[in-house]
Amino acid sequence: MKKLLTISLLSAAVAAGSAQASDDNTVRIGVDVPYVPMEYRTPDGELTGFDIELGNALCEQAKLQCSWVEQGWDGIIPGLLARRYDAIMSSMTINDERRQQVLFSDPYIVPPSAWFVPDDSSITGTSQQDMEGANIGVQRGTVQDSYVTDNYGDVANIQRYASADDVAVDMDTGRLDAAFLDYPTGEAALVDEGNYKTIGEMLTEPKEYFGEGFGIAFRQRDEALADKFNQALETLRDNGTYDQLHDKYFGGGGGAPEPASGS
Amino acid sequence: MQELLQSIAPWLADNAIFTPQTLAQYWEGFVNTVQLVFISLVLGLILALPLSIGRASRLKPLSLAIWVYTWVFRGTPLLVQLYIAYYGLAFIPGIQQSIVWPLIRDPLYPALLAFMLNTAAYTTEIFYGAIKATPRGEVEAARAYGMSSLMAYRRIILPSALRRALPAYGNEVIFMLHASAIASVVTITDLTGVAYNVYARFYAPFSAFIFVALCYMVLSFAIQGAFKLLEKRMLVHLQPA
Amino acid sequence: MIDFMGYGPRLLEGALLTAQLAVLSLLLALVLGLATASARLSQNPPLRAIAVVYTVAIRSVPDLVLMMLLFYGAQIGLNQITDAIYNHWGYDIFITIDPFAAGVATIGLIFGAYMAETFRGAFLAVDRGQIEAGAAYGMSRWLVFRHIRFPLMMRHALPGLGNNWMVLLKTTALVSIIGLSDMVRIAAEATRATHQTFLFMIPVALGYLVMTSVSEVIFGWLSRRYNAGFEEQH
Repeated sequence: MKKLLTISLLSAAVAAGSAQASDDNTVRIGVDVPYVPMEYRTPDGELTGFDIELGNALCEQAKLQCSWVEQGWDGIIPGLLARRYDAIMSSMTINDERRQQVLFSDPYIVPPSAWFVPDDSSITGTSQQDMEGANIGVQRGTVQDSYVTDNYGDVANIQRYASADDVAVDMDTGRLDAAFLDYPTGEAALVDEGNYKTIGEMLTEPKEYFGEGFGIAFRQRDEALADKFNQALETLRDNGTYDQLHDKYFGGGGGAPEPASGS
Repeated sequence: MQELLQSIAPWLADNAIFTPQTLAQYWEGFVNTVQLVFISLVLGLILALPLSIGRASRLKPLSLAIWVYTWVFRGTPLLVQLYIAYYGLAFIPGIQQSIVWPLIRDPLYPALLAFMLNTAAYTTEIFYGAIKATPRGEVEAARAYGMSSLMAYRRIILPSALRRALPAYGNEVIFMLHASAIASVVTITDLTGVAYNVYARFYAPFSAFIFVALCYMVLSFAIQGAFKLLEKRMLVHLQPA
Repeated sequence: MIDFMGYGPRLLEGALLTAQLAVLSLLLALVLGLATASARLSQNPPLRAIAVVYTVAIRSVPDLVLMMLLFYGAQIGLNQITDAIYNHWGYDIFITIDPFAAGVATIGLIFGAYMAETFRGAFLAVDRGQIEAGAAYGMSRWLVFRHIRFPLMMRHALPGLGNNWMVLLKTTALVSIIGLSDMVRIAAEATRATHQTFLFMIPVALGYLVMTSVSEVIFGWLSRRYNAGFEEQH
């Protein structure tokens, strides 16, 4: 009994290897699913979304064999550093707090953050006075969380959830007066699903919180791999593939994320 | 060696915790945890007293009904009970228009409801066990004095049983303190919730969770000490002379 | 038959994961508990001190906090150590903590402390005369342990073990918070998607009730077995 336990624990716990990921051509990419429309599963189980399709196109362009590894948001950076996968492409905003941990690619999209309220809400603006006493829902550990905590923490009641889906559920129950989310995600989870609308301006400033947009994260020593992705991204921008994908997911409607100019 | 030390220094001397802002958050979490646990325990205790007497009564249906209640609440995880209280009540059709909605809307009250019913179930069984173990002689003496059932309970059985239940109840109090850590999953910023937020923002798991573990340790030791004192005073008649 | 809106198979998988997690953690906890109890009763002061610190520290901190500390902290700590090794010596080793193994290790570690207290109390309750009698018969220490101390100790330990096991079983629900797909997590996911809390949470609650009730019956049977030859205690 005792022996069996040790073996099963060890085999599950330890996977050691020495080859660096970029030596061969396989790249595993970590992603937190679902986060509609960026990454989600279709009813028959297929993984899709803007990140997924763009990621696959990038890999094809860079002649890399890519596979996707699912990982919850709370552990997504530790998982990268632990080599559970070699990159993160999961709607991750580039900012300085994260830069201390990981190496980012060039931004591949700049989605704004937005405020969401029920259609019949009495909240009309997004100033501190407008939000006074309101219950505001955010996803824990996101840039939206940091922004709301620092700017509305004194006047509003901030409720933090493990996922954007949890935020949406408590908008449905009526516990939350407002939610502050990535615009595409809030649009998909709230506006498309129920009686919700956005209010106020879409936010991409201040950069201190919202950074430069979404980037692909790598381990800091994997600069060569990051370069491959950056080059592939530039090629896809030039040959129109990027624009096709962007149109497919975001159309041209108001509040569409900026396609992030190459840097 | 020095380089090695330098590379592990960040997580030994991580300072994300000890800014005035995060310390204020921890204090808020501390207050929330203490309040949540204290109120649940008081309400649970009030509920458990009549239930334990009912459980010990000779009225079979009553005793059985109370047993079923304690069996269900002691046989399932508190987390499941919390989910049912938090999501289950909120999705009952029409509840958002009813007068109880302001209570259900605030995550505190569903959590209190689940915690109270849970601790009441454990406390009922603890008291019931103590009542059942009351020495027959004490009960017979009360009867011989012509006391009614009610008076015998009030004067003899309960004072004696509750004292003997004290050590077990002390364990239940600590259990409740530890169990309350799940309140953060329904967005209550208790001690654990604050630690989770600090971890998620600064990626500082060691400082965030070790600091909060120490807070709980202090609380646990304080509760243990208080119960030791109480036992010394209340159970003095049971000590060997 | 109840319609689980397509979540039926995944709920079953979740229940299986809960059961596996509980049984494996129990085994680990028993091993750790026996070792710690022996350490506490040994003549070796440092060993005793380690055992005391372990049992006291673990039992005064909530399970969920320990779980988060080990689950998130252990991986980041390992990463920093392996990064330091890479920067220093150029060896690129990496260790990934599998979430299931981390769950088993954490719950086993927590309940090892509770088991240790149960075993310690039970070893102390064994009548010294019996052990001396065994020695007088010329039995070796191992034989005394196997034929006298262990069976007699088990009689005293069983009620405590049974109780710890039930608490452990319910504690497995916490792994849903740190991301393992046990039955509570699946039910919570289904609840979010369908808004049908009772449809999914009540069956999960019943699942736990079945597991705890069956355990109660088994422990009742075991304690009758180990009580053979002793009078029913009042």
